[in-house]
Amino acid sequence: MRVALFLTCVNDTLYPDTGRAVVRLLTRLGVDVDFPVGQTCCGQAHYNTGYRHEAEPLARRFAEVFGGYEAVVTPSGSCGAMVRELYPRMGERARAEGRGGALAAALAPVVPRTYELTEFLVDVLGVTDVGASYPHTVTYHPTCHGLRGLGLGDRPLRLLRAVKGLDLRELPGAEECCGFGGTFALKNPDVSAAMGADKVRSAESTGAEVLCAADNSCLMHLGGTMARLRTGMRPVHIAEILASTEEDPLS
Amino acid sequence: MNGTFLGMPAFPEAAREAVRDERLRGNLRHATHTIRAKRAAAVAEVSDWAELREAGRRIKDHTLRHLDRHLLRLEESVTAAGGTVHWAADAAEANRIVTALVRATGESEVVKVKSMATQEIGLNEALEAAGIRAYETDLAELIVQLGDDRPSHILVPAIHRNRAEIRDVFRSEMAAWGRPAPEDLTDSPAALAEAARLHLREKFLRAKVGISGANFMVAETGTLVVVESEGNGRMCLTLPETLISVVGIEKTVPTWRDLEVFLQTLPRSSTAERMNPYTSLWTGTADGDGPRAFHLVLLDNGRTDTLADEVGRQALRCIRCSACLNVCPVYERAGGHAYGSVYPGPIGAILSPQLRGTASGIDASLPFASSLCGACYEVCPVAIDIPEVLVHLRERVVQGGPATREGTKVVLRPAKGHAAERAAMRAARWAFGRPGVLRTGQRLAARTRRLHPRTLPGPGRAWTATRELPPVPAEPFRDWWERTDGGRNEGDAPQDPEETK
Repeated sequence: MRVALFLTCVNDTLYPDTGRAVVRLLTRLGVDVDFPVGQTCCGQAHYNTGYRHEAEPLARRFAEVFGGYEAVVTPSGSCGAMVRELYPRMGERARAEGRGGALAAALAPVVPRTYELTEFLVDVLGVTDVGASYPHTVTYHPTCHGLRGLGLGDRPLRLLRAVKGLDLRELPGAEECCGFGGTFALKNPDVSAAMGADKVRSAESTGAEVLCAADNSCLMHLGGTMARLRTGMRPVHIAEILASTEEDPLS
Repeated sequence: MNGTFLGMPAFPEAAREAVRDERLRGNLRHATHTIRAKRAAAVAEVSDWAELREAGRRIKDHTLRHLDRHLLRLEESVTAAGGTVHWAADAAEANRIVTALVRATGESEVVKVKSMATQEIGLNEALEAAGIRAYETDLAELIVQLGDDRPSHILVPAIHRNRAEIRDVFRSEMAAWGRPAPEDLTDSPAALAEAARLHLREKFLRAKVGISGANFMVAETGTLVVVESEGNGRMCLTLPETLISVVGIEKTVPTWRDLEVFLQTLPRSSTAERMNPYTSLWTGTADGDGPRAFHLVLLDNGRTDTLADEVGRQALRCIRCSACLNVCPVYERAGGHAYGSVYPGPIGAILSPQLRGTASGIDASLPFASSLCGACYEVCPVAIDIPEVLVHLRERVVQGGPATREGTKVVLRPAKGHAAERAAMRAARWAFGRPGVLRTGQRLAARTRRLHPRTLPGPGRAWTATRELPPVPAEPFRDWWERTDGGRNEGDAPQDPEETK
């Protein structure tokens, strides 16, 4: 199976370790991974801030770059939800506004073949035990777009529970937003920071060493908050935990 | 604090104070988390909740699509039942109508049962200017009125107050409005309720004019419905000689049978009750029972304009249950006052900028008062996709575009203060349209990473004031991919020019 990795601009620029982990993990599971270098950004920040027209060319680019693959895998619940939930809506709106059905037609084949990483592992590859080993205490934050946008459900938890040595702690108030929200973090910094601090405190109350999520943008906000609050916890993307093995542990 | 929302600052400034008010945050956290958990349990009991939600959505959508027809039917039924229907295009007209109706009775005081529509139009202030005193009789509304305060929650307008604060307000203010509070009033709920009961009982027995809102209006029978928990509403609806109901036009449902759905979803969504304690229904006038005169003031005040918007119109499905407020993490920290309207929380963030337009600072900021977490959409009993409408209204604020104001199609200009952001978004889109440019930017960031400041100037300061920045890695992923042929050929790590010095 030949799949394309849609890494997202945030991961590409700031979290290359997550990208390397996805490649390592999928290769270990026998998947042939390609990284189309024409990819850039899904346009979510534009779309969600009210710049839908600026996001449209990025959706078109996505369709062009990823159109030829059997599956597209992304380690981001948020960007995954952008593609799956909002791209079709953008196509419909373009049509309704008299700009023709070209965008909708270009997106139609690629949208349903785009999967968030944990979804791809569980639903497409049909695995929950990916042979990982990670001897640490971990608490999992289900990010909003993964939880409510994509409906990831307990897939990430099933994957984590199968990791050798991993001690999974339940996060109180897990389904509450961490307060990142893209440009929300800049436009409403006080509320965003208060939400982040509350989330970090509840993560801390589990006694876990690691706060894990399937989205580095939320982890960027929470990791930045943890560092400022000097909690001693660290944020880790789920891909890096799942890629970690006894022979090649995550440093 | 004063009773109106005029001249409110934009949401981020209004919220800043609330976020730092530990007592307020404590009150809100406790109240919203309690009701949130109860609601979830009450909803989980109903096996066909998803179907009820869908039925509610459909009934509302269907009614809104043919609202003109249903309103005429309603007028016909109300008139046939002995009532009089008045049409009010905006707040000023509604206030004029109600003031004239009260004056015609010769009375100078009225009792009111919780009505958000009258708060929306500032009726109490208008009546006061005409020398008419309006007494709020819903317990929470009474607390707000006595405290010269503003409501901060749809269902629990005084949610921001704790028991001790309420006792203090009763003790210092009640006497000026009628029967004083007992000298030795404690803050036990029973004592507070008893003080309010005695204070209000005098009003109910004396009042000749009652003013109400309504949760629903049934077009086929001309029946109005108020759903409440205290019974004070029922006193207002049955004792006065004249009853004036001020209701938004979107509260219409076509048939009696449609109530079945909402009388199941509303109590569970709002108070987490299987059935609400008092459901009062009134149809026109009847000999020897209830008010002798009944007036229905149908309020538009921006609703028809909202209805003209294909994306935004779903906000008019709202049945004011407040489930979205109770589950909203932003509301929980910012409090209801920051939303600058009688409609706070997620629903207020999409309703106010549609009813009032996006011209003011507060209205232009409301669509951004959300992290788009989607919890509000998930709990909404009529499936209003609040995040979708928020993004739609953000577009209106930053880019302008078509809208309907006072029945006329207009093209709105972007709100002020977004020029720099717009330029940044365009620049980012331009760069993201060119992978080469993106790569150059990434490499530049990687090479200068040792020089990056820990605090950012300008808009970035909003981030670094409370959070650390992530460190920029030595090599972006796409460079690693090319250098190692997708990880097949891991060579030497890249040279970090700063490290080799």
